[in-house]
Amino acid sequence: MSLERLNWKGRLTCFCGIVWREALRFAKQRERFLSALVRPLVWLFLFAAGMRTVQGFPPDPPYQTWISYEVYVAPGLCAMIQLFNGLQSSLSMVYDRETGAMRTLLVSPYPRWFLLSSKLMAGVAVSVVQVYAFLLIAYFWEIEPPLIGYILVLPALILSGMMLGALGLFLSSAIKQLENFAGVMNFVIFPMFFASTALYPLWRVEENSPYVADILRYNPFTYCVELIRFALYAQVNWSALAVVVGTTVLFLGAAIYAYDPSKGMIGRKR
Amino acid sequence: MGGSPCLGIEGVSHTFGKTKALQDVSLTVAEGRFVSLLGVNGAGKTTLFSLITRLYDNISGSIEVCGHDVRREAGPALAQLGVVFQSRSLDMSLTIRQNIRYHGALHGIGRREALRRGDAALERVGLLDRADAKVATLSGGQVRRAEIARALLHDPKLLLLDEATVGLDVQSRRDVVSTVRDLVRDQNVGVLWATHLFDEVEPHDDVVVLHKGSVLAKGLASDIAGERTLSDAFLLLTGASETELVS
Repeated sequence: MSLERLNWKGRLTCFCGIVWREALRFAKQRERFLSALVRPLVWLFLFAAGMRTVQGFPPDPPYQTWISYEVYVAPGLCAMIQLFNGLQSSLSMVYDRETGAMRTLLVSPYPRWFLLSSKLMAGVAVSVVQVYAFLLIAYFWEIEPPLIGYILVLPALILSGMMLGALGLFLSSAIKQLENFAGVMNFVIFPMFFASTALYPLWRVEENSPYVADILRYNPFTYCVELIRFALYAQVNWSALAVVVGTTVLFLGAAIYAYDPSKGMIGRKR
Repeated sequence: MGGSPCLGIEGVSHTFGKTKALQDVSLTVAEGRFVSLLGVNGAGKTTLFSLITRLYDNISGSIEVCGHDVRREAGPALAQLGVVFQSRSLDMSLTIRQNIRYHGALHGIGRREALRRGDAALERVGLLDRADAKVATLSGGQVRRAEIARALLHDPKLLLLDEATVGLDVQSRRDVVSTVRDLVRDQNVGVLWATHLFDEVEPHDDVVVLHKGSVLAKGLASDIAGERTLSDAFLLLTGASETELVS
């Protein structure tokens, strides 16, 4: 191979190739797309509709009027799509490692941090498409954020997707076998989702139990939800932004460390 | 040993916890040479390949690919390297061409160029007519040949093949071995061929005998065998049993 291809143009080609493969795999797995969409829609159509009869929420930023439970829960469901997607791509990383496809990626001459970040971005791109498909359907269910919100939510989705993808990437480096993954789903996805502001606002939890509210506060997923919620209504939640960026850097750094043969766990495993 | 070295391994050891997988391993692969790395299962062949490909880090000794140290200059070293792993590493849900395009991208080769090179490489291994077939529909031998075509896409100077013929029928094994030998002859590629199957080794091949992580012998196959067959000489050197050889 010509060493000239190790330049940035070569890296761009590499990045596009990784995204292309992820998109191709995603397009082939129609059931993955469907289940990614059905999951939040079930929550929206059934769970939220049921809850609607019980309660609505008074004005609280970013909302300026009383809102229905469906409106409240929609940003949390966007984040849920990304949570599942992030951990699903890490599942595919563990699968790739077992089948040998991961070796194909890691023997590329480009730096490992670059390869892993590209893989991460490819997963984020897929999750963003899923979220927009959900928002489109949700629009017809009276979830009608301002039009500008659909644009402003994009950077928030990229950031939160990166955070959750980086978490998945780190977990994939720590999981030895595919079978162990079901446990991670139970111990990571469900606690993260339920102990967040996806389904109930912090102030309401605080009224009932300050301790549980503290758990919500320490859960980084809460900040993904709030970042998306505020962006969807054309506002910036600065503390959520800071936490999401910080947590992304932390998880991604840990994943790159774990996948680095000179530092991480890969070379010590068998 | 032929032309200039495309792989130089000097004093490499590796441990997994307290288990010593490799001890002070040194070997060389020159351009245009077919070097057989002979060893039973568990000899350390795959660990050595993982170190050369940077999947593991070599703490001791040095590994150079075409003059590039894999630790200090991982990019240029990996750029000169084509690998066929022991486990299948093509994406079964994609076609051969799609796999090749993906591999090309991982080496910075654009779509059009990757497909052009891919077709040439597939023709070389006799798979051009199956280029658009899903990998899942191919036979074991065809998958191996497709992996070789993929490994050649970026014009590597060194080709590593780890037990590439395991699980193949006799005819497929012959096809794979002859494909690789043709490459050595026609393109001056250096090959490190890990195997435990002696009939794949020819008398004029360079052979490295690896056993329990240590190199026991190096040299021409005919010199190592002497008056005996290569398998008898191997058994004598390693003290391995016939059962270990066939397992």
